[in-house]
Amino acid sequence: MAEFRMPSLGADMEAGTLVEWLVKPGAKVKRGDIVAVVETQKGAIEIETFETGEVEKLLVDLDTKVPVGTPLALIRTEAEGKPAAVPAPEKPSPPAAPAVTAAEPAPPTVPVPPAAAVPPPPAPARPMAAPVAEGRVLASPAARRLAGERGLDLSTVAGTGPAGAITYADVERGLAEAEPAVPAAPVAPPEPSEKPPPEKKRVPTLNLEAMRVAIAAAMARSKREIPHYYLEHQVDVTACERWLSETNASRPPDSRLLMGALAIKAVALAARRFPAFNGFYRDNKFEPAPAVHVGVAIAIRGGGLAAPALHDADKMPLDELMSRMRDLIQRTRAGRIRGSEMADPTITVSSLGERGVEVLYGIIYPPQVAIVGMGKAVVRPWVVDGAIGPRSVVTLTLSSDHRVSDGHAGALFLAEIGKLLQEPDKL
Amino acid sequence: MQQETARSGTIEMTYREAVREAIREAIKRDERVFLMGEDVGHYGGCYAVSKGLLAEFGPERIRDTPLSESGFTGAGIGAAMAGLRPIVEVMTVNFSLLALDQILNTAATVRHMSGNQFGAPVVIRMATGAGRQLAAQHSHSLEGWYAHIPGIKVLAPATLEDARGMLWTALQDPDPVLIFENVMLYNMTGKLAADAGAVDIDKAVVRRPGRDISLITYGGSLWKTLEAAATLAGENIEAEVIDLRSLRPLDDATIMASVAKTRRAVIIDEGWRSGSLAAEIGMRIVEQAFYELDAPIARVCSEEVPIPYPRHLENAAIPQADKIVAAAKAALGRE
Repeated sequence: MAEFRMPSLGADMEAGTLVEWLVKPGAKVKRGDIVAVVETQKGAIEIETFETGEVEKLLVDLDTKVPVGTPLALIRTEAEGKPAAVPAPEKPSPPAAPAVTAAEPAPPTVPVPPAAAVPPPPAPARPMAAPVAEGRVLASPAARRLAGERGLDLSTVAGTGPAGAITYADVERGLAEAEPAVPAAPVAPPEPSEKPPPEKKRVPTLNLEAMRVAIAAAMARSKREIPHYYLEHQVDVTACERWLSETNASRPPDSRLLMGALAIKAVALAARRFPAFNGFYRDNKFEPAPAVHVGVAIAIRGGGLAAPALHDADKMPLDELMSRMRDLIQRTRAGRIRGSEMADPTITVSSLGERGVEVLYGIIYPPQVAIVGMGKAVVRPWVVDGAIGPRSVVTLTLSSDHRVSDGHAGALFLAEIGKLLQEPDKL
Repeated sequence: MQQETARSGTIEMTYREAVREAIREAIKRDERVFLMGEDVGHYGGCYAVSKGLLAEFGPERIRDTPLSESGFTGAGIGAAMAGLRPIVEVMTVNFSLLALDQILNTAATVRHMSGNQFGAPVVIRMATGAGRQLAAQHSHSLEGWYAHIPGIKVLAPATLEDARGMLWTALQDPDPVLIFENVMLYNMTGKLAADAGAVDIDKAVVRRPGRDISLITYGGSLWKTLEAAATLAGENIEAEVIDLRSLRPLDDATIMASVAKTRRAVIIDEGWRSGSLAAEIGMRIVEQAFYELDAPIARVCSEEVPIPYPRHLENAAIPQADKIVAAAKAALGRE
């Protein structure tokens, strides 16, 4: 019997709230199927199963917040076949973490000013047996107790104590900041394309304030822990623009290619050749990633930001990459990102597009080790073959982790991206 | 003595004189009390605590003993069991190891072994600590070892009031009490109330209140810790300084109340770090106040070397104010 567990959707996630089951006991699932929706600070995230088989039992009720690693369902794998007469023994080992019912304040009959909102009920302390290795937040006992009592997710708090640990005062500050977000999460407009919602189904919402807190925690951690170095490289993208306009001329608008897709492909190919920019820095060492999953920074109206993965971007033909990117952007803005998309990016690309500025320097999303920034293309006088002419020029930047690579390697990596962009037809 | 100069108000005196006054008072108040030890009579005590007492009280009450810690400590314990109230002076804690068998195997256990038929109401005073360039056989701080032993009380007077007041209370105890006098304190001068008398011997005291961190210490390290607290105040860190006073029993309530307030603790103990009293206090905090803690508990102890003779090395080997400041700031995540 395989256990379908609450996944870690990023190093800073400690717990998630199960908001939707997309399968029932008895349902057949195969690896990669979306079986549940989990709400995190980054919004509602669709969770895939890694097992193929039959759903035996759902273990966690809707609207229940459980720590990462908690079994959510049992899946009878194909190898096990039909249940035997003797039921498989209930697995006792991983602690059935005490389920914490999510704070669901009943709608008040009289409008209550936000300040008077009832704080979330005290949550029991997390069991010590919860998985320790990944994403363990460094926090003092006093900070943990206060956060537990007040229902604050420690991963949203920046630590100022010894070794960057979260202290009691940090939690107090986090509570003060988080308080206004508690009473009223913004409700996203219903999506017309959605099927009529089944009972108890919650319209996925993006809690932008919680997302801001999560961004703050990740970025503060990045600047605290990662010694960034920054490189900048100007690249003539006239060839790309020419090739794009030729290619797009005969295409309907919804299948046209964008410069961003070329950049992602070029970064992905370069990352495959320069593994020191593709992977994770964890437990004081760099783990190069075997595949290239490019995180695409996507701005969300109202002030959010997410960078979900385009899996295997280096291996995808441009057309597929483009359509996957469109789908990813649409789903991200609707608050439906898949778990693997949140956790998997091995390098990030951030492009502010045509309405942006000329240069942007990214902050690395930990535990990644590099982020490539791309400014807007501007027409500049440029020397080509000894003559000055107008060319479209883009400034590429690299923010990279100096624990893993040095400027020399970074320069070669950035130059490689520039070279790849000279021959867009080969991308 | 200066005592006549001010009937009321305060008298300026040294720690040494405060101890001497305590002995004088005890001998005068209780005919069962006498002082015994090496060189306490004609020489006036190796730290001159008992200077003049032989002339004042005579050889019955101020008794010079042979150079045998085991012998005279045992004699004192026996006298206590037989009904007297001896004050046994041992020159330094290093030498007290020769009497450890008497203290641990006899004094601390006799009430238990005799089925409560006997007790040993003896007070054993000794000097402890480094800082006077007396090298590695005269300078150690082993009071933490004695604090390990059930059956005895262990006191560490750090102030004139405690030097003056602990002895009488200790003599009233039905069981052995050890008093550790830090060698660096004997020359300390201060003002003491003219009517200063007995004080309690079971409570720790907050010597300086503060909200940011608890600095827990005793004996000679108290003054270095207060100096460190003053330095920290200049950096906007309000340290609370706790003087343990009694090392056995430990006043857990005062320690925990302070830690619950400040959420951080540094323990300053001139003993060696491994297996130290500081370790015991740290563990008690973890046991009793774990969920109050906001930072790892830190210790400032002596380096794990025999205390060196050269002054600069001796100073480097034991807790000093700058080390305490650094440990406190680290616990606060400052630098």
